[in-house]
Amino acid sequence: MKVIYTDSLVIGGGLAGLRVAIASMQRGYDTIVLSLIPAKRSHSAAAQGGMQASLGACIKGDGDDEDVHFGDTVKGSDWGCDQDVARMFVNTAPKAIRQLSAWGVPWSRVRGGDREVIINGEKVTITEKHEAHGLITARDFGGTKKWRTCFTSDGTGHTMLYAMDNKAIQLGIPVHERKEALALIHEDGVCYGAIVRDLITGELIAYVAKATTIATGGYGRLYSVTTNAVISEGIGTAIALETGVATLGNMEAVQFHPTAIVPVGILTTEGCRGDGGLLLDKDGYRFMPDYEPEKKELASRDVVSRRMTEHMRKGKGVPSPYGDHLWLDITLLGRKHIEKNLREVKEICEYFLGIDPVKEYIPVRPTQHYSMGGVRTNATGESPTLKGLFSAGEAACWDMHGFNRLGGNSVAETVVAGMIVGEFVADYCGANPLNVSTGTIAHFLKKEEKKITDLLVRDFGENPFALKAEMQQIMMDKVGIFRNGPDLEKAVEELTVLNQRARHIALRNRISSSNPELVEAIRVPKMIKMAQCVAYGAMLRTESRGAHAREDFPERNDRDWLKRTLATWPDDSSDLPELSYEDLDVMKMEMPPGSRGYGVDNIIVHSDAEKRMAEIEEITKANSSADRFELQQLLNPTPIPEKFKGKNERIGRGYK
Amino acid sequence: MSDQARVLKFQIFRYNPLKKGDKPRMVTYEVAEAPGMTIFIALNEIRETQDPSLQFDFVCRAGICGSCAMVINGQPDLACRTLTANFADGEITLLPLPGFELIGDLSVNTGKFMRAMSERVESWIHDLHADEVNYDALEERMDPDVADEIYELERCVECGACVSACATKRMRPDFLSAVGFMRLARFALDPRDKRTDDEFYEIMGNDDGVFGCMTLLGCEDYCPKDLPHQTQIAYLRRKMALIR
Ligand SMILES: Cc1cc2nc3c(=O)[nH]c(=O)nc-3n(C[C@H](O)[C@H](O)[C@H](O)COP(=O)(O)OP(=O)(O)OC[C@H]3O[C@@H](n4cnc5c(N)ncnc54)[C@H](O)[C@@H]3O)c2cc1C
Ligand code: SF4
Ligand code: FES
Repeated sequence: MKVIYTDSLVIGGGLAGLRVAIASMQRGYDTIVLSLIPAKRSHSAAAQGGMQASLGACIKGDGDDEDVHFGDTVKGSDWGCDQDVARMFVNTAPKAIRQLSAWGVPWSRVRGGDREVIINGEKVTITEKHEAHGLITARDFGGTKKWRTCFTSDGTGHTMLYAMDNKAIQLGIPVHERKEALALIHEDGVCYGAIVRDLITGELIAYVAKATTIATGGYGRLYSVTTNAVISEGIGTAIALETGVATLGNMEAVQFHPTAIVPVGILTTEGCRGDGGLLLDKDGYRFMPDYEPEKKELASRDVVSRRMTEHMRKGKGVPSPYGDHLWLDITLLGRKHIEKNLREVKEICEYFLGIDPVKEYIPVRPTQHYSMGGVRTNATGESPTLKGLFSAGEAACWDMHGFNRLGGNSVAETVVAGMIVGEFVADYCGANPLNVSTGTIAHFLKKEEKKITDLLVRDFGENPFALKAEMQQIMMDKVGIFRNGPDLEKAVEELTVLNQRARHIALRNRISSSNPELVEAIRVPKMIKMAQCVAYGAMLRTESRGAHAREDFPERNDRDWLKRTLATWPDDSSDLPELSYEDLDVMKMEMPPGSRGYGVDNIIVHSDAEKRMAEIEEITKANSSADRFELQQLLNPTPIPEKFKGKNERIGRGYK
Repeated sequence: MSDQARVLKFQIFRYNPLKKGDKPRMVTYEVAEAPGMTIFIALNEIRETQDPSLQFDFVCRAGICGSCAMVINGQPDLACRTLTANFADGEITLLPLPGFELIGDLSVNTGKFMRAMSERVESWIHDLHADEVNYDALEERMDPDVADEIYELERCVECGACVSACATKRMRPDFLSAVGFMRLARFALDPRDKRTDDEFYEIMGNDDGVFGCMTLLGCEDYCPKDLPHQTQIAYLRRKMALIR
């Protein structure tokens, strides 16, 4: 039995995992990162658009601060987020970006003086402040009041990930590459690490740790067309589910991005629209202003995706062999801008579509993009039900995104959560001795060994590739942008059958070392369970909130549904997850539920909303001399670690 | 597109060093071409329907992460963004990237090489005070053009194409290679990195470093991100020659 001991085990080498690892290492704890692939190839590298932080240095960000960012984030989430976490997040994001700047990210900077930009289809000259020259600049993104999305030309995620991994290398943090976590080791409600398979040799290794962090990214590959990397299969989240103890939150909250290219689903960044690009229909007509007169193409993502789908349903899509699509027009931005700030988009168009976006329109369609759901944690990043298990980044439901995350808030979450959760991970390592018997370790190791042996000896059975394709098709057809009861019921039924069939997978290539078919056979049953959580959660949630849009229940129902879905998987023989619900406490909200300001306002209100509104007014009146920080403390005290509590400085405004 | 459902002929290098008795060989697979088909799509189809043991590496499948470099009809390139339509005769030969440890078939261990490279060039900002910065205060300013220039050199995706195309590397196993030079040029340009020219000389001022480069420039020809290898290597060489 091969056992490796450490203090802090981090599963996932993307932005979130690396940042947690850096935090625990810097606090003096032995740390190991596991990754399926070299860390710098993690999907974080694909984020082209940017990272939100309210620095307010560029002129269009003037007046921005934590409070404005908080308002946008809560509204964006359709009031589904955890406001404590959103608050911790917005207050820490400026520090995170400044730290990354010191660690080497070449953020694009403000250039004092006049510059030409495209706003609402028109050329406009804006004048950047000379005193802001050389500070980190920002671009416009959907669903935000200010230009807040900081970026590095066209490669934000790439430069962030490279800086983060370089920092980890500087600190000597080992990244064990080509390793896949298959199960968590746990006993009596405490997690002690993971059983891991070496993807080259096939060897099973027990990584035993005081604290274990899941930072394995999203689960986009449950769908057949997605912007996500091929490794975004949600396996890290699934192994938490399979403990039967840890819970997953809001798995039905799945975001569709408006502009992925057709047919392959590769993303063109929201920066295209942020920088002035337009959406056009088959007649070359700009339709978004008809639906959303105020924010137009820059309404929140879920809204734009639904409007596009509605418009195509009216017969306004461009027909193609791969179904209807719409056009993204960035020709108006000009060659110079495209070749500098949207070059990655240009490359994608050239290589995958054979078109030049400087001159031609890009065929796009809403496509699966982001997983708001994931391992449920409390504000410290720890699972409320499985001690010693932490989660951060897209894999987690820390829950700052609720039912829809804003563009640019995700890479921001990875680094901010990494900082904050990393401190709590280190605290945990300091406070808890490692107390697990070899018997327990051996038990979990044997269990995984047996599963693999069973696969290697079975003569006849299901083909894992075929099962996966069936699952992905069900999710595409029945658990997509618009959802309805009958389709969801069918999806749940069909997935349950797939789950049963997945117990009888047989292989054609029966070797235990490096073997892509075996990898698939191990993953597919886990993915089907995840898909069941999404579909079942969506079926039972009889309202529309953020990205979860029910045609049969179009209203946001705060009265009955201001709650988070929690999923557990009772045991290996179960056919369905068990769902329960956790209320969001309106009486603790800093920003009680209201309208997001899109389309018709059809909210079924919560009885506490008005009460809380009145209470806030009273508190505000009673503390009329309090500044915004004091007031926020009164309304929404949050557990931010001491070292991140300082106020943030802004140009022309100081620390106010 | 005129050529409907052409049958593509793939010649693929097969060898699993972990399988007893396995020998390197070329195996032919036929795939019906679909519109917009990339080598990524074709290889997955072969794996799913013909040979589930076929090993290769893709992550982003969008030309961003650098996982999938391989030798395609004699030239190193990113397989995920190579359209099969580019090959007029429909014959495509695939070999693993040379110069790296072979994992199996088309999969090579670039990750191990790149981590070692990063450690060797100390691929991070050298500033004793970087961890004492007050992150509440305004960030240090940077000239907007300098930020853009640094980014231009940081676009490398560690795919390894330049390493595999380098004649010097074939003769000198410890040659740092273009990817390492590019990384050094990036940090040498960065005002946040406080390393002196002498310190950079320690890293690259020898024949396994920038003085060993024979300027055959396979790196420049095959870098899928079109990084300016020629000018940067020349720049580093001049900078280092001035020191001693
Ligand atoms: C195309 C695209 C563009 C985007 N653009 C933006 C943007 O502009 N702004 C923004 O804010 N957000 C953007 N996002 C979202 C954002 O990039 C991701 O949400 C974020 O980077 C996820 O980071 P992460 O660290 O949580 O996970 P990832 O970066 O996905 O890393 C996951 C890690 O986990 C490892 N792993 C997975 N499973 C296992 C296992 N079982 N065992 C061991 N290791 C495992 C992987 O190897 C990998 O290292 C974009 C997303 C996509 C798909
Ligand atoms: S320099 Fe170019 S060829 Fe070399 S590893 Fe980087 S991207 Fe690949
Ligand atoms: S798979 Fe990422 S570059 Fe090809």
